[in-house]
Amino acid sequence: MLDTLLLSRIQFAANISFHILFPTITIALGWLLVYFKVRFDLSQHPVWMRAYRFWVKVFALTFALGVVSGITMSFQFGTNWPGFMETVGNIAGPLLAYEILTAFFLEATMLGIMLFGFNKVPRWLHTSATLLVALGTTLSAFWILVLNSWMQTPVGFEMRDGVAHATDWLAIIFNPSFPYRFTHMLFASALTVCFLVAGISAYRLYRGDNKKAPRLTLKTALFSAAVLAPTQAFIGDLHGLNTLEHQPQKVAAMEGLWHTQNGAPLVLFGIPDAETQTNRFAIEIPKLASLILTHELEGELKGISDFEDAHPPVAPVFYSFRIMVATGIAMLLVAWWCSLRLYRKNELTPLQYKVLIGMSFSGWLATLAGWYVTEIGRQPYLVYGVLRTNEAVTTVASEQVALTLIMYLLLYAVLLVAYIKTLFWLAKRAIDVEEYDLSLPGLPEKKTQIATEGASV
Amino acid sequence: MSLLTAENLALVFAALTALAVLLYAILDGYDLGVGITLPMKQEAWRDTSIASIGPFWDANETWLVLAVGLLLVAFPAAHSAILHALYLPAALLLIGLILRGVAFDFRAKVKPERKIHWDWTFKCGSLLATFSQGFMLGIYVMGLEYHLGSVIFACFSGLCVTAAYAMIGNAWLIGKTTGDLQLHAIRQCKRAGVWTFAGILTVSAINPLVNANVYQVWTEPPLAYLFAAIPLLCFAMFALGYLALKRLPLPNDQGAWIPFFICKVIFVCSFAGLALSFYPFVVPNQMTLYEAASSKESLTIIFFGAVIVIPIIAAYTAVAYYAFRGKADGLKYY
Repeated sequence: MLDTLLLSRIQFAANISFHILFPTITIALGWLLVYFKVRFDLSQHPVWMRAYRFWVKVFALTFALGVVSGITMSFQFGTNWPGFMETVGNIAGPLLAYEILTAFFLEATMLGIMLFGFNKVPRWLHTSATLLVALGTTLSAFWILVLNSWMQTPVGFEMRDGVAHATDWLAIIFNPSFPYRFTHMLFASALTVCFLVAGISAYRLYRGDNKKAPRLTLKTALFSAAVLAPTQAFIGDLHGLNTLEHQPQKVAAMEGLWHTQNGAPLVLFGIPDAETQTNRFAIEIPKLASLILTHELEGELKGISDFEDAHPPVAPVFYSFRIMVATGIAMLLVAWWCSLRLYRKNELTPLQYKVLIGMSFSGWLATLAGWYVTEIGRQPYLVYGVLRTNEAVTTVASEQVALTLIMYLLLYAVLLVAYIKTLFWLAKRAIDVEEYDLSLPGLPEKKTQIATEGASV
Repeated sequence: MSLLTAENLALVFAALTALAVLLYAILDGYDLGVGITLPMKQEAWRDTSIASIGPFWDANETWLVLAVGLLLVAFPAAHSAILHALYLPAALLLIGLILRGVAFDFRAKVKPERKIHWDWTFKCGSLLATFSQGFMLGIYVMGLEYHLGSVIFACFSGLCVTAAYAMIGNAWLIGKTTGDLQLHAIRQCKRAGVWTFAGILTVSAINPLVNANVYQVWTEPPLAYLFAAIPLLCFAMFALGYLALKRLPLPNDQGAWIPFFICKVIFVCSFAGLALSFYPFVVPNQMTLYEAASSKESLTIIFFGAVIVIPIIAAYTAVAYYAFRGKADGLKYY
């Protein structure tokens, strides 16, 4: 039988992995909806409303999954990790409270108006509600990433009798890794949404949907991805340098660097072996890791063996990092390849449609892998240098944790399948709807012209 | 600033947490109630019932996050003691909430032939959530201990809380619907009201017998005379509700919101009764709210945030309820 600590870790990892899938979509999709809505308000062209109405359904479904999986998290702090709040509750508590007060209520309340209020409230209020939902999801991300970053790079506090007390709230909120992690996550969300929108739009076009809305959303998503992907690589690099400064053992695990050395090679791939502290079958580029991380060919990088028992397990961090980078590179190449073709010919090849459909959820893979790097890379600490994970765990019997873990895993598997199937079903159903809904209130008089010609957007 | 002593802050946060729990019970109560009594025979009724709660359920559930969150940040020791003891029922509650929350959205978006499955998921998820909540309340009242008596009591409490939610849910539907569905809701509301009444009577009788200090609170003059107003008001409301339900529906739909208002008063009375019974304990007979409170500095920080933000939350919640006033119609996604 596995012990309560390991089971609780698996359960928390399962919950938070499942949860993060949905906010990753809603954070950026909220802003995309604001864009569609504002373009509709300005141009009065119904194609923007078509795009809005399709994606607002996806938003609603995704948001619901995010809310219910998020409620689970708020319980698990207390049920499985009582030591966390006992030790750092004075800092984590206010941050969580501010997240609920400033973000959760705002997004949940405005969501009702955004989803069902188009015909019931004034136009400006509906657009404002859309904007406030997007603001709310971003604010949630802000607060939770403040807390997560503080757990990685804790500052602005002092320990009294084994309990952390806040001394400087500004330092806590803008802790050293926060700006990098927050930006990295916002861009991850944006890229995830770009590929989701591109994938679903490609699916509709590939299936013979000849309407303007999917063409428009495909173009918006691909061109955005082509700009966002290289920017994200740059931000990721800055984030890596920040991690090297504050959590060198995490970087050592990411790079598969067992021993401190000058002019460390970049390990493209290998199989880390904790027993012998070497990488088997390693493919390396000499001195490149030192060059990237220290900007010197002979720069010194710390190895895992320097950190005794205070370093993370190498293999999962090493593999996750490679999955994240590889997925990111694939996304960048596909975005450029398809954008170029779309720019020149205004149409994609069947192969490109298929690739985009296949990569609809590539953002999830990269985001999850990235979170595994940073969260497993923080081990054995829960709060870096302050609280170890095994000091925070509950005393609930392992049988109970095993039981709830199985229930959650089954439920999550079913919901994930249902979610993905429903998205494609929504896309399939959208193929058959009329091009424009010309009964929308507030449209200009030239309705017939729009319906026959379509406007140039 | 001098008013913000550690003791006052603990009291303020206990009051805030209690307020969040009460608002959760009333608000998510009505949408859970609509869920558990969802009429499975008529699809049109289901669509209207669910449309009546569609714009609100999400914000309603946020009060649970706030309640658990406030307990977590203001009384961390109590949070872990309570949830430690309620580990399994809390997990079942969460599974119920997950199922019903997603069913809500899936039912409107899946293939038409699958819709009925998600409607059942919605109904059963709601039922699982309300029963778990009642069960948790029962175990809490019994001092967070598990033995044959407390489990039987908790199961009974699960049924009563389910009945209370069914009552307030159907009272909401009376206000939000017309015609046959409204008549159906009136019948269901009556039936659930009888069970709720029986439940409140039983809990009121058992609670002072099990907990000595609860007995003391309700029998020691002079305050006991004052406190007696709470059960009297509660029982008067049941009588009034019975009369109202007998006469509804009236021409021009007059008084359709009276049952919902009465249910709210009943919820407030029951909650006040429980809160008075247990004060100052936050974990019954084990831990007072003063012992469980976290440090003064962090409570002060949250206090100022709450003072500024809660009126704003109330304001935009009012906007949402105003926007969706009147009878529920077929909601369309836009």
